[in-house]
Amino acid sequence: MMLSAPKTASAHGFAGSRFFPATLSTDDPFVADEFSLPTVSRIVTPDGGGTRDTEVSSDIALRITPKWDIEFGETFIMLNPSQGKAVNGFGNLSIGSKYEFFENDEHEAVVSLGLGVDVGGTGSKEAGADTFSTWTPGLFFGKGLGDLPQKWSLLRPLAVTGLIGVAIPSSARTDGSPNPAVLQWGFAVEYSLIYLQEQVRDVGLRAPFDRLIPLVEFSFSDPLNRGQSGLTTGTINPGIIWSGKYFQVGAEAVIPINSRTGNDVGFIAQLHFYLDDLFPHSLGRPLFGGTR
Amino acid sequence: MSPVRRILFICLLVLIPVAQACAHAFLERSDPAVGGKVHSAPAEVRIWFTEAIEPAFSSIQVFDTAGKQLDKKDTHVDSTNRSLLHVSLPPLPGPGSYKVVWRVVSVDTHVTKGNFTFQVVP
Repeated sequence: MMLSAPKTASAHGFAGSRFFPATLSTDDPFVADEFSLPTVSRIVTPDGGGTRDTEVSSDIALRITPKWDIEFGETFIMLNPSQGKAVNGFGNLSIGSKYEFFENDEHEAVVSLGLGVDVGGTGSKEAGADTFSTWTPGLFFGKGLGDLPQKWSLLRPLAVTGLIGVAIPSSARTDGSPNPAVLQWGFAVEYSLIYLQEQVRDVGLRAPFDRLIPLVEFSFSDPLNRGQSGLTTGTINPGIIWSGKYFQVGAEAVIPINSRTGNDVGFIAQLHFYLDDLFPHSLGRPLFGGTR
Repeated sequence: MSPVRRILFICLLVLIPVAQACAHAFLERSDPAVGGKVHSAPAEVRIWFTEAIEPAFSSIQVFDTAGKQLDKKDTHVDSTNRSLLHVSLPPLPGPGSYKVVWRVVSVDTHVTKGNFTFQVVP
């Protein structure tokens, strides 16, 4: 299974006094109005004896209500095998929706349910887009450590977001190859210098350094059936996000956990716009139910 | 110009000029400083935010370690700087830790909140 950019839009958000940025490699629990363009990733996969897989994707999320959004994503894929001809093409259209059903401000905690679908046949088969659809229900969570006691105050800027879901293909086999259901899970551990400066200790950071959020993301895929069990792939992605008023930029190294995932360190980078801040009275507010 | 740079340029060209100049208000700095120590009790707490503040829905509260509210409940926006919020304090009981709790609404109605402590030391 190849590394791919996020299938649906990542979200930034608040839980109590905690600001969470949109993470790059693992989706987070927040429902928001936002737009990523572009997300650029590159990794060398083992396919065909080594294939440089470069992907440029865009995602948009718009709130229907303050707690419910709909998300669309598209990816342009460039595959450059070490032997053979390079192929380019669009991946399948991804559509998703997320509902934030739990929020605890005091404990900076959020939990959401989501459903994503990779719409089969809408992308280029030559570029690896599946001819079948894949449905992925998932549970998303976020937790800040701002409720730690004062003696642990320097750990309070830490937060974790993550997800667990199962990608269920609509077809068991394609051209003789099995399409297993895949457990997809991952999490991001982030240390917010924004939180440190605002709520713990003014250590003298000034712009642009007071808006940085170093993080490490962990992203894994575990096939569950059809003879593919145990063939885990995944990456560990250390990086940094800078969050401004209207947008954030982030970049991470992409380190494969095994040779099934990739043969070299890749990267992912993203420019991500906060539509709720850019257009608070139009595109950046829910269709129904107020502003929040 | 590479395709990626062209995309970035187009994004900025299209989105930024039509954006309205407002966003979530984050704490920029405060006096006393976040997590700071002061030798004399301050007469007020001042917080500078990254955005202009809507005074009617914004507040700063100051509590002692027992949870008793100490401020004079007179939070107000600075007359010359709409991103600066003040609250007055009576003479504080003495050395100790004090908790500042703030909640602000920026002029585009986004709500943000937070808290921090400062210490008065001998």
